[in-house]
Amino acid sequence: MSLSVPGLVAGRSRSIAWRLTLLLTLLLTIAAAGTLAAALSYGQTAATRAFDRLLTGAALQIAERISVEEGETVIDIPLSAFGLLSLASEDRIFYRIIGPGGETLTGDESFPLPDARGGVDAPLLYDTEFSGEAVRAISMRRFLAERAVRGPITVIVAQTLRARSELAGEIVARAVIGVVIAGGVTLALALLAMHLALSPLRRVERAILARDPKDLTPFSTTTPREVEALVGAINRFMARLDKRVGAMQDFVADAAHQMRTPITALRAQTELAMEEDDPRKLRTLQRRIRDRAIGVSRLTDQLLSHALVTHRADSATLERIDLRRVAVEAEREARRTGGADGIELDLPSDPVMVTGDAFSLREAARNLITNALAHGKPPVVLRVSLTADNKALIAAHDSGPGMSPGQLQRIGERFARDAANPQSAGLGLAIVAEVAGFHQGAIRTAGDAASGFWVGVELPLAEPAPVSAKAETA
Amino acid sequence: MIAVSKRLAAAAMVLLILTGRANGEETVTRFAAGEDEGAELVIASVTDIDFMQPLIAAFQQANSDVSVTYIEDTSNSLDASVSRACADRGFFADLVISSSIAQQVRLVNSGCAREIGGPVLSSLPAWAQWRGELIGLTYEPAVMVYNKAAFAADGPPRSRFDLIDLMRQSGALNGRIATYDIEESGVGYLFAFQDSTEASTWGRLIEGFGRNSVATFCCSSEVIDRVADGRAYVGYNVLGSYARSRAAKDDRIGVVLPTDYTLVLARAGYIPREARNAGAARAFLELALSERGRTILDGETHLLTPLSGPAALAGLGGGEEPAFRPIPLSPALLVSLDQAKRARFLSQWRKSVTLPTP
Repeated sequence: MSLSVPGLVAGRSRSIAWRLTLLLTLLLTIAAAGTLAAALSYGQTAATRAFDRLLTGAALQIAERISVEEGETVIDIPLSAFGLLSLASEDRIFYRIIGPGGETLTGDESFPLPDARGGVDAPLLYDTEFSGEAVRAISMRRFLAERAVRGPITVIVAQTLRARSELAGEIVARAVIGVVIAGGVTLALALLAMHLALSPLRRVERAILARDPKDLTPFSTTTPREVEALVGAINRFMARLDKRVGAMQDFVADAAHQMRTPITALRAQTELAMEEDDPRKLRTLQRRIRDRAIGVSRLTDQLLSHALVTHRADSATLERIDLRRVAVEAEREARRTGGADGIELDLPSDPVMVTGDAFSLREAARNLITNALAHGKPPVVLRVSLTADNKALIAAHDSGPGMSPGQLQRIGERFARDAANPQSAGLGLAIVAEVAGFHQGAIRTAGDAASGFWVGVELPLAEPAPVSAKAETA
Repeated sequence: MIAVSKRLAAAAMVLLILTGRANGEETVTRFAAGEDEGAELVIASVTDIDFMQPLIAAFQQANSDVSVTYIEDTSNSLDASVSRACADRGFFADLVISSSIAQQVRLVNSGCAREIGGPVLSSLPAWAQWRGELIGLTYEPAVMVYNKAAFAADGPPRSRFDLIDLMRQSGALNGRIATYDIEESGVGYLFAFQDSTEASTWGRLIEGFGRNSVATFCCSSEVIDRVADGRAYVGYNVLGSYARSRAAKDDRIGVVLPTDYTLVLARAGYIPREARNAGAARAFLELALSERGRTILDGETHLLTPLSGPAALAGLGGGEEPAFRPIPLSPALLVSLDQAKRARFLSQWRKSVTLPTP
């Protein structure tokens, strides 16, 4: 009795917790990367906007202080404009003010102008490079419409980018810290949640481990819906195991009991024979011993056959087979083991396809023959046919009176033996019933004293499979 | 002990080489290295060599293989030379120190400086540094000096309000006020410009100057000379370092930190982009702000440092707590250098100060 379950032992699969952790980490990493990318872009935009406002403010203040006095353009750069720009305390500041004729009125004469001329009034913000460093500049125009000076005055104010990149960096750094903390906390919580969610599995595991090895009753542990199927499968498996173990124990008990009686009788008769001097009585004893020996041999044969059929009921793979072939092989088998001469076969011309285990069906058919030979009267016919309600039937017919009502009631039970017939082990029809049972069939009997009697197995027909059916008929 | 005295001797061994360059104003002084000559540190400055010598001696004591060349010039001339070198990407000095901090800011703003770095920066207050490239080395208040004899009776003016009142009340100060010629002197212009932004007293002050025929001079020392010998009674906006070191030797003059507010200038230094020996320059700056440097600067020269200045001057307010207004090293100083702005400011000054002859 081996209980190895290959599927669960072979191939150490990764744990659910491990899979979940990996998946969560992956998801969190993707989320974190996305957040960081967004923070990077947001940080740069925010910093640029904030300092662009400073730049715009400073340019506006300067532009406001441009006036015309006594026919001269007067530029009075307000300290507050530079104070404003100094808020970006580490950045260099450049400015250039260009008169209507394109001449630089004050500031850095070489400061670059924007590439494309913007709208007439709209301030234009642009990036450029000056004195070896990247700068952000604004170009703003103010129109003077005085008697002496008419035309646009262009105010350009520029600033290096140190404070901008510092602010952007700070925003990103905070985002990074936030994301890392949030990610860590999320992961920790997720792991905790996972631990809690998976605890029913550990409960099941503990329940299995804590069990007595002989205890095969179903689990009563309350389980979440997700593992219900698993526990159900375990329970079904255990029920099957329980049934098998029970059957095995019954069989062993029965077999021991059944074997012991005839062997004891055999020994007693042998001892009697040894002390018997009368050759006539001795002869009678010898015949009895022989009958007993045949009985024991058949019993053994049937016990093993029964055990084999029972085992196959659980494990054999079912296939499409022609019941006619089963009948032919069973007849040949019965003839080969002896005592089965003169059996007729009555087979239809078309195949009778059923789904089943060939070995078990052959055993059943053989036992039907043996049964008919043992209890019925020749001629014995093994017949394969289709019933009225379209089922396959394999049955052994004989010309005897059939079974008594009491026997019919106990048909298929084990060791339902005929006391008058010491050679019968009472297992033949039990095997037949067993085979019929696991093929979703039934044991059938019919007949009367006039037309004879038959015992057979009724089986559902196999679903037609066109290709193999054709091959079968060919 | 022997080693120390040897070093001192080496430091004291000073070679003076006086050269006249193109503009004829520079003075070049060379301090040879004590031991076998290695690197050279070129310092360009507007500060009188007498003020810098103790610091240079201390530097050479610590770095005996570095010879120091000290170029002294007027602020405008120095600014011109340094600007030219920066534009041509040529070498002029390893360290430029000037009291014309607006010009220094402009040079740094133009990208002429390099990062200084190091622990010096973190110890300095925010106003005394900019971009980590320009750092303030001294803490020099703009003070009023007065002739003690002239104010023996009522005491000297303690604030600008006192001075304005004095100028209005009597003709006693007529022709007896001396100050910088702000068109000539960078420091004078800077103080005047800051005064104009600091408080509304400026307008009344220059009006008073005009009415009392203020005398203007290129340099602090000339103003102090005149106050000392009594040709002037009050010197306005004189550099505190010069005034205090003179007052320590000459008891004819007194020094007042105006109580309404006292401007404070930090002589600023930067290492030019093309410096050949930036390491030595950095070491010099480190030394100037170190414990040892502070002892020297707080000593005879009264230059002080941004770190030690407030505490050292706290007791000089004449009872009242002086309100120090350090001029921050920031690009806001560029406004004072704007051509148009400067022209307007100077014309306003001229109009007020040079009284129209009736």
